[in-house]
Amino acid sequence: MNIKEYIKTLIIKKSLKLDCGKTINNFPIAYETYGSLNENKDNAILVFHALTGDQFVTGINPVTKKEGWWSYAVGPNKSIDTNKYFVICANVIGGCMGSYGPSHKDPNTNKTYGTDFPVITINDMVNAQVNLLDHFEIKKLFSVIGGSMGGMQVLQFISNYPDKASTVVPIACTSSHSAQNIAFNELGRQAIASDHNWSDGKYLSNNTLPDKGLSVARMAAHITYLSKKGLQEKFGRKLQERDALKFGFDADFQIESYLRYQGSVFVDRFDANSYLYITRAMDYFDLVKQFDGNLSNAFKKTKAKFFVISFTSDWLYPTQENKDIVIALNAIGADVGFVEIKSDKGHDSFLLDVPDFLKTLKNFLDKSYSER
Amino acid sequence: MKTEYEIIVDLIEEKTRVLDVGCDDGTLMASLKKNKNVDARGMEISKDKVQTCVSKGLTVIEGNAEFDLKQFPNNSFDYVILGQTLQAFVNPEIVIKELLRVGKKAIITIPNFGHWKVRLNLLIKGTMPITESLPNDWYNTPNIHMCTIKDFVKFSKIINFKIFKSLALTNKNTSNINNSNLFYKNLFAELGIFLIEK
Repeated sequence: MNIKEYIKTLIIKKSLKLDCGKTINNFPIAYETYGSLNENKDNAILVFHALTGDQFVTGINPVTKKEGWWSYAVGPNKSIDTNKYFVICANVIGGCMGSYGPSHKDPNTNKTYGTDFPVITINDMVNAQVNLLDHFEIKKLFSVIGGSMGGMQVLQFISNYPDKASTVVPIACTSSHSAQNIAFNELGRQAIASDHNWSDGKYLSNNTLPDKGLSVARMAAHITYLSKKGLQEKFGRKLQERDALKFGFDADFQIESYLRYQGSVFVDRFDANSYLYITRAMDYFDLVKQFDGNLSNAFKKTKAKFFVISFTSDWLYPTQENKDIVIALNAIGADVGFVEIKSDKGHDSFLLDVPDFLKTLKNFLDKSYSER
Repeated sequence: MKTEYEIIVDLIEEKTRVLDVGCDDGTLMASLKKNKNVDARGMEISKDKVQTCVSKGLTVIEGNAEFDLKQFPNNSFDYVILGQTLQAFVNPEIVIKELLRVGKKAIITIPNFGHWKVRLNLLIKGTMPITESLPNDWYNTPNIHMCTIKDFVKFSKIINFKIFKSLALTNKNTSNINNSNLFYKNLFAELGIFLIEK
């Protein structure tokens, strides 16, 4: 079965100069849409996905056959109501769900790019995706929304295209990747690189997959998405299908078994090189530096209405980093609301069933839409 | 007959920029937007109330006035409102100075601890007063720095800010406070409403 039949792609003919200096053109952006665009074309929302997400936001993902990554928030009558809004989401460039990425073939050599793929940035991602607006003939989006790396794209988007969205919702994110964020990403990359099967990124030509390395990367990252309290309450020291410790290195504890499972299912749907490229893009993200140390300047040209959301137990992109965005916006008198949602589900809160979050997001969008 | 919020709405000029510190469920902000067409922003410490404000389409940030007013530049608002919360701050002096840095003018309302019922309560019962506007016991009240209308007037001289307008609210009746009636207003007013400037 060819996954390509499920994937809509737009070939971007316009050339795009990447931050690394290379220029790309005639490259594919894979996307999905939900709901319908109204006559005025003013009900569109561009959703940006996080590190391991893809364009299949809600409903059953036709490739993985699992629920879309933001099924709690996006759908008919949900926070991002597809009865009302036209939702667009694109796979980021560098990704592995159809958009231009390291698993594609270089047309010049007919070989898989692997690590010969250019290093991309959050800036490159949004500059590629903005082409979707032209495709749908949308002059201005009603909203740009995203959590985690999706939130970084939201910030970069409104900075690059200040007139192209009326509302801006960065969730559980940061304006500049911290040393701790970079450290965790490096751990993941090194896990992949130390898998013999990775073969300096040429595994697709060799027909071997660095599954071990990629699954360890996922296991480590997964811990950072949860909170200590959440983990303790869900797993504690509970044992996995046994009554006593086995005095060995098998998965004695449920948490071990859970992480191994998370790692093993991840490798079925994700490409190791994409993991390297996307984490690198996150690490390079520093909107503060892009604007010479003054984040406010990133937002000076926009009149959009911002709503920043963080979560109490998120230690990966903690409230203070989200608040820094609010502070930068208030410093220039921008229209910005902010709330920290109480949740013990950690960074992953934005993806899960957190009623206060889902309700607040819905209220903000629906009220802003009716007053537009 | 006017309520506290109606008096505040009257004090504010049309199409100005207003920050409501401790905006609660946004009732005052909504009224200011509707009646005076102001650009209203709110700051509120309670997550639940921020969420309520968002559901009303109001722009509110979760925050604590004692720490979070810092982020606003000098004179970024025409008015900053602080309704019945001055007494809850650890350092009311810093808060007033911050209000007057961020806003060109500030409107502060205070529950009057000099009201005769409060005085009588303490005199007769000999325990900390509990009234309709001060419903908590001494050990669980958020109000750690109660003051009277007279205290507030005195405070304006100590830390040097100008009181432009001072109003007393008694049984929904509004009256001006001046030097000659201060003694009576301090005894009979439930609430003092002050428009102040640097």
